[in-house]
Order: sequence, then C-alpha cells, then structure tokens
Amino acid sequence: MNGGLATAKPGTLFIAQLRRELTSTLRSLAEALNPLVFLFLAITLFALGAGGDPETLGAYAPAIIWVLVLLANQLSLEAMFRRDFEDGTLEQLLLLARPLFIPILAKVCAQWCVTGLAMTLLSPIAAMMLYLPLDALGVTMLTLLTGSPAITLIGAVGAALTVGLRRGGVLLALLVLPLFVPTLIFGAGAIMQAVAGMGTSAQIYWLMAISMLSLTIGPFAVQAALRISLEQ
Amino acid sequence: MSFGSLPEFFAMGGHGLYVWLSYGAALLVVFFNAAWVRFARRRYLREAADRTQRSSAAMQAAQETESGRL
Amino acid sequence: MTLKEFWHRLGSPRWFYQISGPFGWVFGSLAMALLVIGTYWGLAVAPPDYQQGNSFRIIYVHVPSAILAQSAYMLMGAAGLVLLVWRMKLADMVLAATVPFGMSMTALALFTGAVWGKPTWGAWWVWDARTTSMLVLLFLYIGLYALRQAVPRQEAAGRACAVLAVVGVVNIPIIKYSVDWWLTLHQGATFKLTESPSMPPEMWLPLLVNVLGFYCFFGANLVGRLRLEILRREHGTAWVQELMAGGRT
Repeated sequence: MNGGLATAKPGTLFIAQLRRELTSTLRSLAEALNPLVFLFLAITLFALGAGGDPETLGAYAPAIIWVLVLLANQLSLEAMFRRDFEDGTLEQLLLLARPLFIPILAKVCAQWCVTGLAMTLLSPIAAMMLYLPLDALGVTMLTLLTGSPAITLIGAVGAALTVGLRRGGVLLALLVLPLFVPTLIFGAGAIMQAVAGMGTSAQIYWLMAISMLSLTIGPFAVQAALRISLEQ
Repeated sequence: MSFGSLPEFFAMGGHGLYVWLSYGAALLVVFFNAAWVRFARRRYLREAADRTQRSSAAMQAAQETESGRL
Repeated sequence: MTLKEFWHRLGSPRWFYQISGPFGWVFGSLAMALLVIGTYWGLAVAPPDYQQGNSFRIIYVHVPSAILAQSAYMLMGAAGLVLLVWRMKLADMVLAATVPFGMSMTALALFTGAVWGKPTWGAWWVWDARTTSMLVLLFLYIGLYALRQAVPRQEAAGRACAVLAVVGVVNIPIIKYSVDWWLTLHQGATFKLTESPSMPPEMWLPLLVNVLGFYCFFGANLVGRLRLEILRREHGTAWVQELMAGGRT
C-alpha cells in the first residue's frame, strides 16, 4: 500500500483515500454524527430561549441556522486530521503520496459529506423547528449546499495549522470563524431575502464563487499547513 | 485658529470628552509602542551583558581552580 | 545596487541590522514632526465641521489608525508570502513585529470610532460596514497572535503564521465587500484614488499629514523591533557578540 501511494494514478489515489475515510467514519459513526446532534440540540436551546415564540424564531431563523451550522462544523474540524496525526498515517501520507493534494481533497470531501452535505439534507427539519417560512426552504438548502464546501475547505486549513497543538479546538475556532464572515453574510442574507420574496441569485453566485476560490487555493494551503505542523 | 481662547479649546464646543478621550487613547498607543521597543531593547542588552559577565567570571573561577590544582 | 541584489542582501539579517540604524532615526524624527504638526493643525487650526462641530476632529486620529491597521495586515500578508516562498528570516521577523503594532492600531481605530460615534450617531456602537470590518480585522490579528503563542517551535510558528496571514489577506477583500454590501451607514471614504475628497483642503490636509506621520511611526517602530529581534535571534553569531562586547549602538 505504501508503494501504491507514490505511484498510483490520481483518480485511483482519490478514490482509495475517500473509501478509507468513509470506512473509518462509518466505524465510529456516533462520533461522526455528534456535530449534527449538536446542531439540533442548539436549535432546541434557541427555541427554548425565545420562549418558543413563532414570530421571534421565524425572524431569526436564517441567522440561527447559519451560525449554528458554522459552529457545528467547528466541532468536527478538530478531529479531521487528529486521528491520522496520532497514529502516524498523516506523516506517511505527507512523505509518500504524490500529488499530495489528491488525498487531501479526498479527506476534505469525506469531511464535507458528514458535515456540510448532511446538514444541507437535514436543513428542512431545522427550518420547520424554527418556523422558517417553507417557501424559503429551497434557498436555505441551496445556500448551505453552495456555502458548505467553502466552510469545510477554509476550516481544513485551520485544522491543519492546529493539528497536534494542545487545546487546538478553541484556537481553531478563533482562527477560522472570522474567515467565515462572507459566507455567513451571503448565506443568511439570501434566506432573509427569500423570505421577503426578493431575488437571491447574487448571493448564491457569491457563495459559489467563494467555494470555488476555496477549492482552488484550499488544498494547497492545507498541504503547506500540514507540512509545517509535522515539521517537514 | 479656530478657537478664541484656551478654555474654549479644551471644551471643544461641548464635545471635549469625546475629542480628548480619542486623542488621549492615540497618545497612549503611540507612547506605549515607542516605549516598549526602547524598554525591551535596554532590558535585553542588560541581560546579555549580565550573562557574559557571569560566564566569564565562571570561566575565570574554573581556570583558577585548575591552576590551583596544578 | 540592483533590485535583485537588494533582495539577496535582505536575506542577511546582519546586513539589514547594519544599514537600518539611520532609518530608525529618520523615520522617528519625521514621525514626531509630522504628528505634532498634523495634530496641532487638526485640533486647533482646522475649522469645525458644519454638521458635527468639533467632534469631527477625532478624524485626525481615527482615520490614520484605521488606514495603518489595514496596511499593516497587507504587509503581514506580503511578509508571509516572502517567508513561505523565499524562506527569508527577515520576513518572519517583520510578520512577528507587525502583529502587536497592527493590533494596537486596530484597537485604537475601534475605540476612537466608537467614541466618535456617540455624539455623531447617538450610540457607542453600531454594526455598520466599517466598524464590523475593523472588528473582524481585530479578530484576525488576535488569531495570528494566538497561533504564534500556541506553536512551540519558533520556525514552525513563523511559517504557520505566514500561512494564516496569506489566507487572511486573500479573504480580507471578500470580507470587506460582503460586510459593506450587507450593512451600510458609514460615510463614504474620504480619500478615493480618482475622485477629489468631499472635505475642503483646510480639513483634509492635516489628515494627510497625520496619515503620513503614522506611517513614519510604523516605520520607526518596525525598524526598532526588527533590530531587537535580530539581536535576539542571532545572539550566537560572532558579529553580534562583537557588537555587544564593543558596547554597540
């Protein structure tokens, strides 16, 4: 398998890494689903805090959903590289895999499936819990779908910079949350405009653009950050 | 000159608190940035001088013990 | 000396130390002169604003600090890039030295902005485009500071901060645009590159003087911090030992 890392074709390398990631996720499924549980737990807290009032919750639903999606993502980001870092697989990957950004992309993809994609698919439930008008549901899912790749990719850079640091979790949040500001603005903004019955294409395009940019630069930033963290 | 007298200048037409708070903060920031560099540099040089003094004193003491033994 | 030669020379902290002494003094004196002139001009000579009265004079410390806060971050992004691509030690030191200065400028801009906001808009804090962008910038600075503290080895810490600084600089235009689009209340920029300022010269000239003064202050401060950092990091080398033994400058 080690020899395979250095000589495999990119496509094979990607699929092999992706399969590895998803298998290990399935093995510890409960751990992987914790962020999703957190998302709905936090929504419950908001609902309780607002006294279950439909008008208040409905008005804040776009912001609540988006902010909680960001925070729930935070929880899973720290673990993204940690297991592989601790058992030495990450170091092997860095030493052997060529090109390196392929397995990194596979890792990011697996991470996205369990967080961004999952949250997009579950967002109708969140919308209903927060009295978000259901004609804004399509836009909600679209913003999450187009914005979550950016969140996962930017988050991955932060995770790569802080892997191996003690109590990296809080530092990770501090580093990465300011960078999510544009995604949050366009995401929540689009949902609010949809509720008001106005057009949302501008925000969606922006979200796609940010995700594209993150996809282009992200893997290389993650690569550089991982090399620094493993001191190579 | 936009002000007739010194008391007028300090009062800033009723906005004195805001103006002087801001300029005071700016002065503090400038002062602390400048002072920190000079203070840190002096402290570092002092500590380095102490270290060289102590290490040369230690070397001297070691040499004397050596020659004492011989 | 050609640009290429200059770039190579910068790779030697020792060379930089040797030539930077006078620059520190020049920047420092210029800064003092410009700031004294600009402040006096702005506080005492410039006419009061038609709408805001005398509180508008806060502009002479608020705008320079805001401009410096953003310029310093750009510098850190550039320094980070230089460090990652050319492995220039000096770039790492520039990055490390700029963080505290930039942070204090950002904090000053936020504070003076809030204080200015109270008589102008009636509230100490409003979530408008400029204030929000400046606050996010402060968080970016704090993140850089925290990351450097958290990574144990100096070289790794420097490079980690470089990556974060570059990622931050790429994001800043997007952040600013999005925040600007989302919340707008602040007045338009005083200096636009192509349009003439909306203030009369008696009001924006002292501002220009203060902006230049703050830049010179940044230069002086940066040179001072760099020289100290060079002494610290190169303390094992012969030239530093000689310098210290000889009772250096």
